[in-house]
Amino acid sequence: MVSNNKPAFAQRDRTWHPKGLTPAYNSSVLRSPKRALLQMPPSLSETSGPVFGHNMLGEHDADMLRNAVVDGDPVGERIVVSGRVLDEYARPQPGVLIEIWQANAGGRYRHVRDGYLAPLDENFSGYGRCLSDEQGNYSFRTIRPGPYPFPNNGPAWRPAHIHLSLFGASFAQRLITQFYFEGDPLIKHCAIVNAVSDPAAVDRMVARLDLDNAVPFDALAYRFDIVLRGRNETRFDTEHS
Amino acid sequence: MKKQLRETPSQTAGPYVHIGLLPDAAGIDVDHHGIAGHTGLNSGTPIVITGVVRDGAGEIVKDALLEIWQAGDDGQFADGHRGFARAHTDFETGEFRFETVKPGPVAWTDGTPQAPHITVMIFARGINIHLHTRIYFADEADANAADPVLNAIADGRETLLAKPEESSNNSYRFDVSLQGEAETVFFDI
Ligand SMILES: [Fe+3]
Repeated sequence: MVSNNKPAFAQRDRTWHPKGLTPAYNSSVLRSPKRALLQMPPSLSETSGPVFGHNMLGEHDADMLRNAVVDGDPVGERIVVSGRVLDEYARPQPGVLIEIWQANAGGRYRHVRDGYLAPLDENFSGYGRCLSDEQGNYSFRTIRPGPYPFPNNGPAWRPAHIHLSLFGASFAQRLITQFYFEGDPLIKHCAIVNAVSDPAAVDRMVARLDLDNAVPFDALAYRFDIVLRGRNETRFDTEHS
Repeated sequence: MKKQLRETPSQTAGPYVHIGLLPDAAGIDVDHHGIAGHTGLNSGTPIVITGVVRDGAGEIVKDALLEIWQAGDDGQFADGHRGFARAHTDFETGEFRFETVKPGPVAWTDGTPQAPHITVMIFARGINIHLHTRIYFADEADANAADPVLNAIADGRETLLAKPEESSNNSYRFDVSLQGEAETVFFDI
């Protein structure tokens, strides 16, 4: 029998995150639970989690300009995205697996189910992965994705965005999100963005132009910092007293 | 300790989540490192869990992705990512399938055993923040009766019970309802 010797986590602030039901985003209407979530303290089933190391990564996983090349460079605006993964107590989070997916420069996904009329780019898959380093820093190279239309109470457009999946040290930290690009006029019109109600929270999903990190005559740069749920050290202390 | 930062807000995984998380399913050929469909746990009783995810209209959701995380048959969590698996709901049938072993008991916060269970996270278009639930086993009646989480559920605990399939040994059925009469119990843990 295992004892619960790992620290627990503070509760998620579910008014900061999007609610399940956000009727302006049509797909949420039938896919959001109506019952209240059952609140439970985390046990080892949630305070533990899978650990992914460098053996999980392919050689070019963090270089989406290279990882699907057939006969040339992908079409689009070359960018470097970098940032730092911290927890809610501002502690760096090393070894976080970041899985990335996005549309190509024309707003088309390389996915058997995407039928948007913009063309595929044979040199770009939109798939990537990286791990945060000891200081929590991460970086990947890609092209800036295009906006694309989606059905939502009639036709609607997604702002340019990149999807990120994050694995911290525990399953309780699991998070999937998207980031947007500073200055994109579509952000404020998007029902998926606006599922997040607090403007300060929306602002946290916007990557900033990062000219200091631009690669001269090669790639522009954007910065996107990430915060994962923090371990509740207070609880840790009382459990061991 | 006082929180200094707020968590990055969640956003839906959208309909093309497979590109990043199950690239084979999207039609992208990259090494998947063995996390698709199988937890990599081999010691103990092998089991298969299949099911579908339904929306509030009873329609089968064909673009969902599920992740599971569990202890081995000794109740211990393995190192690395053994104990973890991902599966998507089939684009045609809507069915997901996991192969693993029956988990052993994991301690509750007070050290007493919980009934065997598997942690489940569900992602899909229309799900703004992932849904968290557990698979318990209908054939573990005694352990389930003493489980602190199941006993905290006023209504709907049967939605967390995987049912043994009559047709085959060690196969279980676990259907999820995102909304509606048979709505699955979801957690805020
Ligand atoms: Fe998208």
